[in-house]
Amino acid sequence: MKNETQILVIGNGMVGYKFCEKLKKKDPSGRFKITVLGEEPRPAYDRVHLSEYFATRSADHLTMAPLEWYAENNINLVLGNPVVLIDREKKSVTTFSGDVYAYDKLILATGSAAFVPPIKGVEKDGIYVYRTIEDLEMMINQAQKSKVGAVIGGGLLGLEAAKALLDLGLKPHVIEFASRLMPRQLDEAGSKILQEKLESLGLSIHLNKSTSYFDGEESVTAMQFADDTRLDLDMVVVSAGIKPRDEVAKKAGLTVGPRGGIEVNDTLQTSDPNIFAIGECALHWGMIYGLVAPGYEMAEVVAENLINEHSKEFRSFDMSTKLKLIGVDVASFGDAFGAEEGSVAITYENKDKGIYKRLNLSADKKRVIGGILVGDAESYNMLLQMVNNKMSLPPDPEDLILGSRGEGKSEGGNAGVMSLPDEALICSCEGITKGAICSAVIDQNISDLASMKKCTKAGTGCGGCVPMVNDLISETLKSQGKVVKKVLCEHFDYSRQELLDLIKINAYKNYDLVLTELGKGHGCETCKPAVASILASVWNEVILKQATIQDSNDRFLANLQKGGTYSVVPRVAGGEITADKLIVLGEVAKKYDLYCKITGGQRIDLFGAPVHLLPDIWEELIHAGFESGHAYGKSLRTVKSCVGSTWCRFGIQDAVSYAIRIEDRYKGIRSPHKVKMAVSGCVRECAEAQSKDFGIIATEKGWNLYVCGNGGAKPQHALLFATDLDDETCIQYIDRIMIFYIRTAEPLMRTATWINKLEGGIDYLREVIINDSLGMCSQFENELQLLVDTYHCEWKEVVENPELRKRFSTFINSDETDETMAFSEMRTQKKPANWNA
Amino acid sequence: MKNATTVTTEITWYKAGTIKDVPENGGACAMIQGNQIAIFNFTRSNEWFATDNMCPHKKQMILSKGMIGDISGEPKVACPFHKKSFSLKDGNCLSGDDYSIKTYPIKVEDNLIYIGIKE
Repeated sequence: MKNETQILVIGNGMVGYKFCEKLKKKDPSGRFKITVLGEEPRPAYDRVHLSEYFATRSADHLTMAPLEWYAENNINLVLGNPVVLIDREKKSVTTFSGDVYAYDKLILATGSAAFVPPIKGVEKDGIYVYRTIEDLEMMINQAQKSKVGAVIGGGLLGLEAAKALLDLGLKPHVIEFASRLMPRQLDEAGSKILQEKLESLGLSIHLNKSTSYFDGEESVTAMQFADDTRLDLDMVVVSAGIKPRDEVAKKAGLTVGPRGGIEVNDTLQTSDPNIFAIGECALHWGMIYGLVAPGYEMAEVVAENLINEHSKEFRSFDMSTKLKLIGVDVASFGDAFGAEEGSVAITYENKDKGIYKRLNLSADKKRVIGGILVGDAESYNMLLQMVNNKMSLPPDPEDLILGSRGEGKSEGGNAGVMSLPDEALICSCEGITKGAICSAVIDQNISDLASMKKCTKAGTGCGGCVPMVNDLISETLKSQGKVVKKVLCEHFDYSRQELLDLIKINAYKNYDLVLTELGKGHGCETCKPAVASILASVWNEVILKQATIQDSNDRFLANLQKGGTYSVVPRVAGGEITADKLIVLGEVAKKYDLYCKITGGQRIDLFGAPVHLLPDIWEELIHAGFESGHAYGKSLRTVKSCVGSTWCRFGIQDAVSYAIRIEDRYKGIRSPHKVKMAVSGCVRECAEAQSKDFGIIATEKGWNLYVCGNGGAKPQHALLFATDLDDETCIQYIDRIMIFYIRTAEPLMRTATWINKLEGGIDYLREVIINDSLGMCSQFENELQLLVDTYHCEWKEVVENPELRKRFSTFINSDETDETMAFSEMRTQKKPANWNA
Repeated sequence: MKNATTVTTEITWYKAGTIKDVPENGGACAMIQGNQIAIFNFTRSNEWFATDNMCPHKKQMILSKGMIGDISGEPKVACPFHKKSFSLKDGNCLSGDDYSIKTYPIKVEDNLIYIGIKE
């Protein structure tokens, strides 16, 4: 006689999976035996991030848990076999293939399907929905033969689908029946800003449009609208809402809502007490919750009640949401439209930057009750917390959306997180409160995000709360007196700046000595490269003398790429190269079968070299007059230039000559992070100097110097530092700033972040560099000059040194090459095969 | 040529190279019986460790090139690709992921390194 309870879950989507995970965690003894019946051919995947499939084309990447997970947890997972019948009398279900499964408790997690409006011609080829990986694959196929695509529906999912079409190289049109985009989340003004932003990105948006029929023979070729307009196109994606999957429940006689959805009570029980419904198929007091967080909460409630009967209830759930639509932040929280009686709205609109913010205050003006953010949603997490925890307003509530406008920059208020009550929900996907996060830090010694994720699961869902979780970790640590200052890592109780000073004063030249004298333990991947960088910045010795403390790329003086091969980038100062040198690059690439690509920094990258061939390749390059390009180092990368006054009929200064001079001066200098520079020969700025750490732009009288810009994930324009400088002064300023940056930045901090954190910002920097307010400028110049004078080509050192050369072998006990390296062909060149296979 | 030497109860020891072949406080890779084995030399404490060379995250043959060190005294290696870190004692991932790497017995005799493989 067994005491097991048979749990049968219909549906293996995100919520169905989460239910299994939660129940397993709560039931370590295995009292419940779980069987999952899924309709799709693959295990549950992350539908929230479905659009990432277009970039990765890998379903594995989206998988919630691999098949092994189900096996390890003793869950019987049956895929590709939809349930067709529930027999409530016999307490069993029958699948499409005729298999019968018995249950004690049945969990319906059937989710939803795309709602397809009954428009004439909707059955034609070329019309898709946006729901499953199979849908996406069909869209990808169709997109290859299409130019114009339309999405029906301007809601959240519709805009996601439009982004997908854009990524697939189509010109997307968005067709919305209502008078604005995202009508459920945004008001008129917010929608307008979003629309303008999306239109500037290449989307055509049609509002107030109702579709009469789809035209075309077998495949769709046009859409005809009620206002007698017409749109010629090659494919259509329907994203007009969702429809709960309640067919099987309905057939079994369970109560369903008039517009679909399986009715449930507060314990998610359906009209049959042994059957529960969770996620998008459940209708809770007339409401379908189409987001993942409430679905997870439903899974939690049912799992908890199976363990302890009637211990938990599902309450109406906050539908606040924040997302990035085609690069535009959009958020809507609490009472977004200010429906509460007597509420007052504060709005801010900046059409130039595409920002709209709305804050709804309660009638007594004491609390925030909700709002809308478009274009900049950085304050979303904090505002949502203020709403949910009924926190009182600051004296000037507009500061909440504008930031405090006193002198200097505000710090973005991460101290604010500590003012939240302990029960404030931080991670709504996993239901983790501030109290739980803080106590994990205090009681379980969690001090970083990765361990926090493992310990509490906070931040593992949509990831939106990660900045807040990070702030909570660091603020809690601070309150514990654990990090009073920014120390490098557990092995050094010093900041980078302190360490640099100590290394210099004591003339320490190797990591081992530094660790013995100033640190403890064996070191790690944080302090080793940081100290390596300091040693190189201070002494400029050959870095491979201490190869094992160098970061991945520095260790082999080349860039580690997919598949474990390396890429080779010789320096091409200013992007100027002779025909003879181009021929050498071509010949070397051909001889060693290397993939060729022009880089963003105006040079040539040769990919696919196994480690043992790097010295041979470089020997040939050095023989032909090339030198290391330091593409692998946290050091000067390139000085990009436009063609300048020598050839360009608009040019006013010789940008190329100056760029070459600058590149030759700063090449090889190691710094806290990489440094990029550019020189433009006139105000047209073809070298894009304003996106660089140092950007130089010609004027009639000389050069304007811009500093501390960068591209990347968080682009930041460089700031104008000084104007109309002559050649020498411009270089003098760069010398001084370089050393000031090297001395004071934290590890891996670009100049843009450095200046953002520098108290007093650009004004202070001018004081130090131009007015010499610290009296350090001559010392800065001397230090920089030492680095220039001790320049050496690292690859030349290796090529000429048999000891160093020996380190470039694959195996210590065999001359074999790594046979696991595999390549395939793409556009007649090689590429690595089987990444993540 | 096979390098099998001593056979204890169930472990066979294979010669992987000399201690000079592995950089101080660093790692190197040896080919043992068709498997890539990463060997790590903790010179500061005179300890040696051996693991699979493959990082389970992206299935890359790379760990021997990773930086070694410790976390709260636990010896570890960080993968050069995405800095996933693994304990060299038990092979468990220390950066919050569910996978782990295989570790092997290792010993040094007369400046020669031996890796133990369970037959």
